[in-house]
Amino acid sequence: MAEPSQSTAASALYDPRVRGYAYQALLLAALVALVWSASHNVYVNMQARGVPTGFGFWDQTAGFDINQKLIAYSSQSTYGRAFWVGLCNTALVAALGIALATPLGFAIGVARLSPNWILAKIAMIYVEIMRNTPLLLQLLFWYNAVLKALPAPRQSINLFGLIFLNNRGLYVPRPEFALGAEWIALAFLLGIAGAFAWRRWARRRQALTGKQAPVGAVAAALCLGLPVAAYFAAGRPVGFDLAHQAGFNLSGGVQILPELAALIFGLVTYTAGFIAEIVRAGVLAVSKGQGEAASALGLHRGLTMRLVVIPQAMRLITPPLTSQYLNIVKNSSLAVFIGYPDLVQIFAGTVLNQTQAAVQVMAITMGVYLVISLAVAFALNAYNARQALKER
Amino acid sequence: MADASLAYVRTAPAPILPAPIFSRGAFAWMRENLFSSWTSGALTLILLALCLWLIPPLIEWATVRAVWSAPDGALCRAHQDGACWAFIAQKIDYFRYGSYPQGERWRVDVTEAIGGVLIAWLAWPGAPRRAVGAGLFFVAFPILGFILLRGSDWFGLPVVETVLWGGVFVSLLTALVGIVFSLPLGVLLALGRRSPLPIIRAASVMFIEFVRGVPFVTVLFMANFMLPLFLPESWTPDRLLRSLVGAALFAAAYMAEEVRGGLQSINKGQFEGAMALGLKYWPMTGLVILPQALTLVVPGIVNNFIGLFKDTTLVSIVGLVDFLGAVENAFKDTVWVGPTIAPTGYAFAALFYFAFCFAMSRYQAFTERRLAAGRR
Repeated sequence: MAEPSQSTAASALYDPRVRGYAYQALLLAALVALVWSASHNVYVNMQARGVPTGFGFWDQTAGFDINQKLIAYSSQSTYGRAFWVGLCNTALVAALGIALATPLGFAIGVARLSPNWILAKIAMIYVEIMRNTPLLLQLLFWYNAVLKALPAPRQSINLFGLIFLNNRGLYVPRPEFALGAEWIALAFLLGIAGAFAWRRWARRRQALTGKQAPVGAVAAALCLGLPVAAYFAAGRPVGFDLAHQAGFNLSGGVQILPELAALIFGLVTYTAGFIAEIVRAGVLAVSKGQGEAASALGLHRGLTMRLVVIPQAMRLITPPLTSQYLNIVKNSSLAVFIGYPDLVQIFAGTVLNQTQAAVQVMAITMGVYLVISLAVAFALNAYNARQALKER
Repeated sequence: MADASLAYVRTAPAPILPAPIFSRGAFAWMRENLFSSWTSGALTLILLALCLWLIPPLIEWATVRAVWSAPDGALCRAHQDGACWAFIAQKIDYFRYGSYPQGERWRVDVTEAIGGVLIAWLAWPGAPRRAVGAGLFFVAFPILGFILLRGSDWFGLPVVETVLWGGVFVSLLTALVGIVFSLPLGVLLALGRRSPLPIIRAASVMFIEFVRGVPFVTVLFMANFMLPLFLPESWTPDRLLRSLVGAALFAAAYMAEEVRGGLQSINKGQFEGAMALGLKYWPMTGLVILPQALTLVVPGIVNNFIGLFKDTTLVSIVGLVDFLGAVENAFKDTVWVGPTIAPTGYAFAALFYFAFCFAMSRYQAFTERRLAAGRR
């Protein structure tokens, strides 16, 4: 049964497959035209303004200094080196932010569910304030209204002569390692390995005989006691360089810039509010019978939370928690507002202004964030696939 | 049965005693909620002490010790233990309008009032003719707002250059432009991401993941520094417009993920039913799928809007003066310089943002409850 030949043109027009190809061809043509005209314009505009079109600036001397560097850098270093300094500073903020916001957020989230009315209300007020005011406002408040208002170095706030706080930052003792300090690190690693072995043994014994053994206390003793023993055995190889008054300023110790302190403090308190809500939602989603069954077995509230509810809630908590971690990484770019030398401030700020290579610099900067986000997304997908309930 | 000679048998019922004092009323509540155990009781006392230590000084700082009116900063510098509300009172017009010309500020007020009425119309679930409201809000209001705010010789309104715009109204403008343009764009992107056509899907996924993977600050930098490079030499979009484009594109990617969530939760039978009725893709999407999907994601959209409103503070990085930028600028006024100025300004800004965002989050909770009630 051959179709009438005159209707094939019309039926091709109504064939969803043909239409699909046509739509896609149109979109592709539009995208190609857009990219082509944009790149043409970029090229023409950059030529007209005398802006470098390649990545040659990467190896040129930067000529500016950076006030916080985790890797060697001076004003004689290259722009490429400045990029790595900025990336390390961003990584430092992100790592500290995640490490501090997670326990704070969990604590506040659990506090919101506490049977103690006043604790629950205080946690609620904290969460509402943090979630309903902009992060930038909080950062500026901590930086301009709190840290800048601290006394000058000569009137530093002094905690036991160890820690000094003034408007130039927070000064903590700097450890100085002499020969033999590696034994302490070794002892610490040994302590961790020992703690894991002890936990394994205790669990196996409990499974076999029902007898319990203290795990936390022994692990703490191993992890702290062994390094302390090694410290004395190796002849006290670690000294501390304390900050002390020198003229109008403090010298010695490790100076934590007020910018870094404000950024970490602001990011941690802000993100903890969001993590608290995630934890609360996760805990509430665990069926009530689980908690009741745990109390019927005689577990008190803390153990019920730790052994029964939180492990089940983690399945719900992990995906949004990961996106909060990514938010910390992305929000660390607000450093640029208070002058902390992170990737955006150094690279997309100073380097961009000096080289005028806007396209290359922005592409690299966004590329870094994009790579981090995509890598975390892939890791999360893999984790979810492993954690998902195995249903029949 | 009752034998009167047995003295130990009651003949009348015992009077009903009230429950012990510790198991009723305020006492019972306190025992239950504040002192249920030793640790809980200790915690309550510590927290109460903490509140008593922190809250009264804070209230005193904001009220009795504050300077409520003063011509300049001298009085505030003299009273360093209280807020300087006089500074806010003096600068409030700058906070609201930026450098918008004095005589033209009614145009901002009118635009804000119209916008407020339209938003109330859209946000009130039982309002009549919400479709008309949506049409006015998404089509007529942007045009009217543009004419009113920027000015046009046709209507006899003098043109006000955008460099003069600032304050609260720029914050609201950025957030509103973000929402008005990101919603349709986000719906298209979400549909594109679920499309069976591979090129359309790939393009949508790439846009969404790219924008969601980078910080808003870099999107603003890109809009500010790179948009002029992407366009021919002759069209240099103005600074405000560049940031608005950046905000709209940024918000669209987040909106798209929100809408995709709604689309995914629509039962497959809805698609099949619509197709069985002979509807093609666009009628099916527009008449059957989207009305259900968008209703489901109203809480998510409001949540996005709260985030966008907070993110508008970042536009000051590219030289715009939003509300927070105006507050920061006002700190530089040498007449008012003093140690209490910054805390007062930040406290005022925090109250402003909190009032807006908290109201929106309450509205979000309300829409969530409404949806939950419908699905029970």
